[in-house]
Amino acid sequence: MTDDNRPFAIRNYDPARLRDALRKMYLIRFFEEGAEDSYMRGLIHGTMHLSIGQEASAVASCMGLTDEDKITSTHRGHGHCIAKGAEVRRMFAEFFGKEEGYCHGRGGSMHIADVTRGNLGANGIVGGGLPIAVGAGLTAKRLNTGAVAICFFGDGANNEGAFHEALNMAAIWKLPVVFICENNKYGMSTSTERSTAVKNIAERAVAYAMPGHTVDGNDFSAVAETVEAAIARARAGEGPSLIENLTYRWRGHSKSDRNRYRTKQEIDEWMARDPIQRFRAELIEHGVLDESEAEKVIAEARQEVEAGIEFAKSGTAPRISDLAKYVYAEENA
Amino acid sequence: MNAPAKQLDADTREISYSEAIREAMGLALERDERVVLMGEDIGVYGGAFQVTGDLVERFGTDRVMDTPISELGGAGVAVGAALTGLRPIFEFQFSDFAALAMEQIVNQAAKMRYMLGGEASVPVVFRMPAGSGTGAAAQHSQSFEAWFGHVPGLKVVQPSTPEDAKGLLLAALEDPDPVVMFEHKLLYKMKGHVPEGWYTTPIGKAAIRRDGKDVTIVASAIMVHRALAAAEKLAEEGIEAEVIDLRSVRPIDRDTIIGSVRKTGKLLCVYEGVRTLGVGAEISAMIAESEAFDYLDAPIQRLGGAEAPIPYNPDLEKAAVPQTPDIEVAARRLARREV
Ligand SMILES: Cc1ncc(C[n+]2csc(CCOP(=O)(O)OP(=O)(O)O)c2C)c(N)n1
Ligand SMILES: [Mg+2]
Repeated sequence: MTDDNRPFAIRNYDPARLRDALRKMYLIRFFEEGAEDSYMRGLIHGTMHLSIGQEASAVASCMGLTDEDKITSTHRGHGHCIAKGAEVRRMFAEFFGKEEGYCHGRGGSMHIADVTRGNLGANGIVGGGLPIAVGAGLTAKRLNTGAVAICFFGDGANNEGAFHEALNMAAIWKLPVVFICENNKYGMSTSTERSTAVKNIAERAVAYAMPGHTVDGNDFSAVAETVEAAIARARAGEGPSLIENLTYRWRGHSKSDRNRYRTKQEIDEWMARDPIQRFRAELIEHGVLDESEAEKVIAEARQEVEAGIEFAKSGTAPRISDLAKYVYAEENA
Repeated sequence: MNAPAKQLDADTREISYSEAIREAMGLALERDERVVLMGEDIGVYGGAFQVTGDLVERFGTDRVMDTPISELGGAGVAVGAALTGLRPIFEFQFSDFAALAMEQIVNQAAKMRYMLGGEASVPVVFRMPAGSGTGAAAQHSQSFEAWFGHVPGLKVVQPSTPEDAKGLLLAALEDPDPVVMFEHKLLYKMKGHVPEGWYTTPIGKAAIRRDGKDVTIVASAIMVHRALAAAEKLAEEGIEAEVIDLRSVRPIDRDTIIGSVRKTGKLLCVYEGVRTLGVGAEISAMIAESEAFDYLDAPIQRLGGAEAPIPYNPDLEKAAVPQTPDIEVAARRLARREV
């Protein structure tokens, strides 16, 4: 053991990976802003749940994953999708309802997925992904693939029966699953104080005999370190873990939220704890990159988002006669 | 219609469908201490569709209760409370999430009276924002009324107007058995005449919204309005469609439908739920089995939701459920016996 006091990420990832992690965080931020803007302009319909403010949780949690590993995501899933390696242009194409989208325009924001890279999908049902991640863990174990499944869910989801059933099964069968609760203090308008009997959701790990950790979810290194350890444990056949990333969503719950359940002051306080600024400062402090390189990362990310929106605009609308395509395998052709 | 204008003036207040439901809940909370509202984000948020609105300010958090995101448990608590003396109105944020609570609704609430030989009563009301047209895709746009209509022990209502939304909710509340009320999301903002004070709309009674002699259209929820729009078009061609607003899926108003089909000899069922094994299948069978069969002079027709989940793309989404022109075309062909 050295007495290297540098943050976990700096010690463990080479500069190229760190730079890419920063790029992904900006990509998420700009993607969300681009999606929001397109929505305001009427180019995207429906609703959407933005993850601005939660970028470190998504990107750091996926650092230890390969394309063979799976994730299950949530209604607030754009960030997870990008963190797992999706192309933003195909995500935008999905939001614009185009055939080039990841779900060929059938799913939209709430069902964004990238199955070939192991993202099994966002979910319109709170808690819907929890047992599915356990199923992915079962597959990995039975087929001995060495893969793990990361299950993202919100603080609100921890009060669904599915959460409790899923954690118990993952534990009794010692499956390679990492449950990551992104605790942003609210499930829609309901604070965790009002919805949840325990103070920290990680405490619930005790009931299912697995390790539980509460982490500063806006601290990239803290998240990466905790999740990497849980992934290693899972890959070693030692079973699941529950990790709680404390974070905050800057925007309202969805496009129709009037923020009546929280204060402006609280929002401002959390905006001052911007996970991206923090990570960027850390990289600069430790000489991974300098200001001008950071600006280059930003410019690249912006450009990718702008190009993605243009790509989506010029995409192909699905044919009405293909309405029932993809309902069953035989209609896939 | 030519109701005496004077009489209407006294009471021509127009409010929206969601306001009508809120008014019903407000009256119930005022009148009966046993009434409690339960649901996700129905308090300070005012409900995902702003139906409960300011009720929490008027009645407090003990009576307008935000539940955790726990549909199975929440619905079950409402069932247990109803069984033991409260009168809960439980709001699902979207009817789709009732799928998580089927156990308590179907296995418990619906059967409790029967299983216990009539000794128990479960006067609970489940409110279900339903339907497509909001771009919310496959898990937030479904129409499950036929599912619940399939369960003896439940009553299922589906108001299409603000007046009926209030009247059916109050009827549901007075009913000693569990009632599931489907509220179409696209109707929440629709305004209409709503009487003041407490009144009920009878459960199990359809309403004839338009008289006609050529073809009977039985529609529910938003389809009633599309059917009426189609009927206006057809009238320009001299085809007079009778439009029946189903209002209750269980029990179904046999008499009104059979009476109409005896008159017109032609039946078109229009509903948003998936066409196969849906509400229209039941109505069709009911007519085929009834004395009205002898009066049919064309095959019964059904327009329902596509055999697919509700897609996200807006054009696909529209194509997935009957629209006014679809109804117009189907009713015209039926009236002309081109089917
Ligand atoms: C089963 C189910 N219940 C309710 C909803 C409506 N809903 C969507 S997101 C949400 C809040 C979820 O809170 P949380 O899990 O903390 O995730 P966050 O939105 O904070 O990311 C609710 C109530 C839903 N989609 N599915
Ligand atoms: Mg939350």
